[in-house]
Amino acid sequence: MATVPITLTVNGQAVRAEVEPRVTLADFLRDELGLTGTKLGCEHGVCGACTVLVDGAAVRSCLILAVQAEGADVLTIEGLAGDGLHPVQEAFWEHHGLQCGFCTPGMVLTAYALLQERPSPSEEEIREALAGNLCRCTGYQNIVVAVRAAAEKLAGAR
Amino acid sequence: MKPPPFDYARPRSLDEALATLAAHGADARPLAGGQSLIPLLSLRLARPSLLVDLSFIPGLASVQAENGTTVLGAMVRQRALERDAQVAQRLPVLAEATRLVGHPPIRNRGTVGGSLAHADPSAEYPALALALDAELVVRSASGERVIPARDFFVDLFTTALAPGELLTAVRIPVPPPGTGWSIQEIARRHGDFALAGATVLLRKASDGTCQHAAIALFGVATRPLRASAAEQALAGRPLTSEAIREAASLAAGWIDEPLSDVHGSAAYRRRMAEVVARRALEEASRRAGA
Ligand SMILES: Cc1cc2nc3c(=O)[nH]c(=O)nc-3n(C[C@H](O)[C@H](O)[C@H](O)COP(=O)(O)OP(=O)(O)OC[C@H]3O[C@@H](n4cnc5c(N)ncnc54)[C@H](O)[C@@H]3O)c2cc1C
Ligand code: FES
Ligand code: FES
Repeated sequence: MATVPITLTVNGQAVRAEVEPRVTLADFLRDELGLTGTKLGCEHGVCGACTVLVDGAAVRSCLILAVQAEGADVLTIEGLAGDGLHPVQEAFWEHHGLQCGFCTPGMVLTAYALLQERPSPSEEEIREALAGNLCRCTGYQNIVVAVRAAAEKLAGAR
Repeated sequence: MKPPPFDYARPRSLDEALATLAAHGADARPLAGGQSLIPLLSLRLARPSLLVDLSFIPGLASVQAENGTTVLGAMVRQRALERDAQVAQRLPVLAEATRLVGHPPIRNRGTVGGSLAHADPSAEYPALALALDAELVVRSASGERVIPARDFFVDLFTTALAPGELLTAVRIPVPPPGTGWSIQEIARRHGDFALAGATVLLRKASDGTCQHAAIALFGVATRPLRASAAEQALAGRPLTSEAIREAASLAAGWIDEPLSDVHGSAAYRRRMAEVVARRALEEASRRAGA
């Protein structure tokens, strides 16, 4: 099958590549760009581990083909931190919002997208926003606590 | 799993897309948001030889008002619909239904046309299209046709679309002011597919009796259903809780052969259909102005 040229931005860097159409954005990020922070759990859209931001919106990178990301601006977990951890990452660390960490990149980016849209979400809104992300370890409680704390941190920084 | 190999076309106009689809027949599949198609590819339940990406075609993603009709382009993203001011005002039931479709990351990509063309029996939009008497605008290289929603959903994941045809828009007659509405579903988590769902549109005459009722069920059979017997039983009657209970029971009885799977038996689904139909009728009746 013929490869297709693509041009996109990943974590602020311009990327050009030739990809097979069947390669998902998740596999492209992990295998071609070495950005293995994006995790693959189910590879069919139900676990949320592979969540990244495309043009500012949280999406499942296992449900987008790399060829569909032509011209897009992609943010992965590697691009979130600046000099130190991002406030959402700090809050997950401080409030034990992770155990094994496999779901964490997807949780953090989903929470980040939520807080961009709703800087001060209610607990119910947080739970609803995270309902599409599965965690086998934490029981979710501390993730919710971490997202609340992240909202406060971000409000304080503003 | 990983998708099997396929070729990819990125048409920049509708005519180019239709010509590409016409040239490849049943081996080509349109790709909209990919939120149903890519899982099917990854699970290797679909093996098209060519995907025709609709995302780069201009003009398919608008929401337009025409007199008493709202016209949604096939490529309107579910998330855009959720936030659309015109939809919130003219079709609040559609805005509410959209919040029940998967999770925000799914809705950021998933489209109106993709959901209708996919025809998952548990999906919200097909049932709404039925309840609202929507019309589906379909184009192929040989021209345009308009299919009423009641003729569009044929069976499990099967619509009246032929190979080479694209759904380009949905025309929804806007319910008159005072129409009561509701969408109710039972799902395992917020955002999961419904195990049973019902949507209702209801109008009352000045004496409070039921002037018009549209009841559509989803998640309970191989395709969404209009519960005609229940609608007729309500017509002209006062909307008492007794009448609503009877109608809900008629609606559940209307399902020929309820779906049955690991998430819910046929008997469970029939019982839950009655529950969601009753809740939807009650809420729509409260919202309906006399
Ligand atoms: C985890 C998860 C949860 C979900 N939960 C729900 C839910 O609760 N309710 C719900 O309704 N949906 C749910 N969905 C499905 C989601 O709404 C999809 O977005 C939708 O079913 C398909 O839309 P799409 O734009 O992604 O289409 P695609 O996946 O791109 O296409 C779906 C099918 O339609 C065809 N097609 C697409 N567009 C056209 C067109 N314009 N003309 C002709 N054929 C076309 C494609 O060829 C394909 O066969 C869920 C999906 C996931 C992954
Ligand atoms: S790996 Fe993408 S949602 Fe599970
Ligand atoms: S921390 Fe292990 S899956 Fe969430």
